[in-house]
Amino acid sequence: MMNDFAGAFRQAFGLIVTADAELLQIIGLSLQVTLSAVAIAAMIGLPIGALLAVSRFTGRGVVIVLMNAAMGLPPVVVGLTLYMLFSQAGPLAVLSLLYTPAAMIIAQTVLVTPIIIALTRMTIASLMLEHGETLLAMRASASQRIITLLIEARPALITALLAGMGRALAEVGAVMIVGGNINHATRVMTTAIALETSRGELALALALGIILLGLSLSINAAAMLLRPKDIGLVHAH
Amino acid sequence: MALILLSNAGFADPIIVQSTTSTQNSGLYEYLLPVFEDETGIEIRVVAVGTGQALKNAQNCDGDMLITHAKAAEQEFVAQGFGIARHDLMYNDFIIVGPANDPAGVAGLKTASDALTAIAKANAPFASRGDNSGTHQAELTLWPEDPAPSSGDWYLETGSGMGPTLNAAIGLSAYTLTDRATWVSFGNKGDHVILLEGDPALFNQYGVIVVNPSHCPNANIEDADTFQTWLLGPAGQSAIAGFQVDGQQLFTPNAANP
Repeated sequence: MMNDFAGAFRQAFGLIVTADAELLQIIGLSLQVTLSAVAIAAMIGLPIGALLAVSRFTGRGVVIVLMNAAMGLPPVVVGLTLYMLFSQAGPLAVLSLLYTPAAMIIAQTVLVTPIIIALTRMTIASLMLEHGETLLAMRASASQRIITLLIEARPALITALLAGMGRALAEVGAVMIVGGNINHATRVMTTAIALETSRGELALALALGIILLGLSLSINAAAMLLRPKDIGLVHAH
Repeated sequence: MALILLSNAGFADPIIVQSTTSTQNSGLYEYLLPVFEDETGIEIRVVAVGTGQALKNAQNCDGDMLITHAKAAEQEFVAQGFGIARHDLMYNDFIIVGPANDPAGVAGLKTASDALTAIAKANAPFASRGDNSGTHQAELTLWPEDPAPSSGDWYLETGSGMGPTLNAAIGLSAYTLTDRATWVSFGNKGDHVILLEGDPALFNQYGVIVVNPSHCPNANIEDADTFQTWLLGPAGQSAIAGFQVDGQQLFTPNAANP
């Protein structure tokens, strides 16, 4: 087993320096699927999260609890549900989405959106506590308030997006079922790791895991470097 | 535009093969498919799952053809009108692997049923697929008592594929039943060895089925048929015979009159 650990690092290094074509394709698809899912989830989640923070309506508590609970949606259940919808025997068969990257993007969007909604709501709610009165005094409309707050909250919201991205990049249950782990078509890092594990190629599987971690690390580091300075309303006082 | 898309559908579409995992895990497709794709230009996409799930997915029309290894279930699939016909494709055999120290004394025995009885008597751990796959269905027919033991302290249903089940068996020093192709190409054998082989009851037949267009009108029948004809014909059969891992031939072609 200890040999496997050492072998894993050697193999990971070897795969990277030789720029293994198959690996690059798998990494590319992983990034394409996950970044698309996070982008779509952000477009849905940021406004909804902010709206939940600034508005008061009956049933708001229920919606918040549901969104918080949905952060723990089991990927395999999301995958199974989408399989049943997209299957040729399912109600959305006509879309021909099963075993395509599009289906994988949809699955990860479902997993990521609740995280972005919940974290956005929390962030905006605490900003509201500090600055709600100022905004009200400025007689800002609801949509102006939401936009102002989202802009002010950028640093924390980037963390929310990264949390969502981590979930998407790491999950295997949903993309395995709706993508099918088809070689050169729908194979991503996590499903490739599952396949190599099932082939008993533990060192290679772990090598792929190390590369996936490196990928996640790079994205997080890039976000840290590019993130807007943590100033603004929060520290203005 | 929609019309163009529609008229193209079924023309450039790849074939989706719902397949058992042993054929994928052993590397057979990586060897076979490029040969066929170069010859015909038809792209093949393989979804590798257990035979039970493969049949279910194909019944839902989420595949154009099947390569599986549970003859009774395959015949039932065709009888219910989900597939056109079932053809023998190739065979290999199941083997019982276990820890080299063989606590249940399986090594000297002649039949799989005797081996399983010895394992049960010794309460030695046995990892069962427990997932309705072809290998699981074969295992259930081998237990002398009916039904097979229920999952508990020594009989462990992993509910997962052959590879994860082998990983579990090696981690737990348990016996398990596996197809030979997955075993030979498996990279994490630990100190497990083949303890029983050669019992005729361990014969493992693979079959191929193209889904029935009257059940699945959108299936890519034409290309699936081309692939099936190729597999069952001289080119496919000799390609199967030529596939080796570690100098061992893993599948023996046995298609009847292609």
